[in-house]
Amino acid sequence: MIAIIDYGAGNIRSVSNALQRMGTDCILTADAEKIRSAEKVIFPGVGEASYAMENLKRKKLDTLIPTLTQPFLGICLGMQLMCKETEEGSTKGLGIFNSEVKKFQVDLKVPHMGWNNHKKCQSKIFNGIDPNHDFYFVHSYYAEPCEHCIATSEYGITFSTAMQKDNFWAVQFHPEKSGKIGEQLLKNFLEL
Amino acid sequence: MLKKRIIPCLDIKNGRTVKGINFLNIRDAGDPVELAKNYAEQGADELVFLDITATIEKRKTLISLVEKIAAEINIPFTVGGGISSVKQAYDLLHAGADKITINSAAVKNPKLIEELSSRFGNQCVVVAIDTNFIHNDWFVFIHGGKKETIYKTLDWAKEIEKRGGGEILLTTMTQDGTKRGFEIDITKSVSNEVNIPVIASGGAGKLEHFPDVFLNGKADAALAASIFHFNEISIPNLKNYLREQNIPIR
Repeated sequence: MIAIIDYGAGNIRSVSNALQRMGTDCILTADAEKIRSAEKVIFPGVGEASYAMENLKRKKLDTLIPTLTQPFLGICLGMQLMCKETEEGSTKGLGIFNSEVKKFQVDLKVPHMGWNNHKKCQSKIFNGIDPNHDFYFVHSYYAEPCEHCIATSEYGITFSTAMQKDNFWAVQFHPEKSGKIGEQLLKNFLEL
Repeated sequence: MLKKRIIPCLDIKNGRTVKGINFLNIRDAGDPVELAKNYAEQGADELVFLDITATIEKRKTLISLVEKIAAEINIPFTVGGGISSVKQAYDLLHAGADKITINSAAVKNPKLIEELSSRFGNQCVVVAIDTNFIHNDWFVFIHGGKKETIYKTLDWAKEIEKRGGGEILLTTMTQDGTKRGFEIDITKSVSNEVNIPVIASGGAGKLEHFPDVFLNGKADAALAASIFHFNEISIPNLKNYLREQNIPIR
């Protein structure tokens, strides 16, 4: 069973919808035992960082998540919360990735909204995905590239578009809204 | 590189698409879910659904339709039509819409923009402007373009950004339905004036109109309805054409 962490962040049903379209069963849950015993865990998120982090703390998920050992995928805000800290609401993150999250200070429109491509390293979750393929992004903050960065994208600056450390994976874009390419990435994750 | 977006718009009445459609390979041309899936498969970057009934009794139909669309399509979509409260927006977002769009209600109660963006994040608040050229300037119109307001379009666009709107959907009434091309001047002015994305709407009729609105109108996205519904321009053809013109496109 795939567990999607339900911590009050916006639009998490888009992830369960995507998995259901692919014929994969999943549960939305904030229950520590259900999350710990899941085969894989997805940590989605749309919303504001400090509010989301408070919700994680209230549900004691901030201490649970870093101890998980099954394949884990953070999406968008989920990925940003897995970093050391974020400028959004001056929020301390889960510290899984050694990266800081900053607000875009670029001569371009913010949020970075729409379809963008990436540069990748070899990574299993990008199997069958070409760097010219675009994913759908919506974000005003970005994670700085660090040693855990496995793919980058460009928007005025180079930012971390995917990260990995041990069993923890994360992407800045929304695979659940990125058409067939997004489904391919989710499929790769489910097959890890 | 961030790509320019192509956005088909579907008008919905009582849970069905209103305008006639002549797509091939569609079992039910009036079914918005079928049509949406077809557009997504053809390469549409996002979709917009405007509920033109938008009466209270019909709300439930819209909510269940949004749930069906969210379950079926794998690209982002926006829903609008008669939204005037945080509760209405919540219901649509909770049903699976990625963004909501507001128009007249924002003009009448600009605080609504702040309420929505602080509650749901500015990324899902699209503020639509219907603009027309009168008194030698561009003014904002409401109630489906029937009622003139005192707002100048550029001032209102800045106000939308200041209050937390995440995107502007700009429809120029001088062009809408004419197929003469997008109105470049006001689109460019609005896009230059604000630091949020601008979706240009109104006037798409030929392939050449799209590079024009992206390059000269500085639009971040272009929306059209009838040319896609009547298959006068197919999305794959449009995208190939834009690629040939060196416009960044998915």
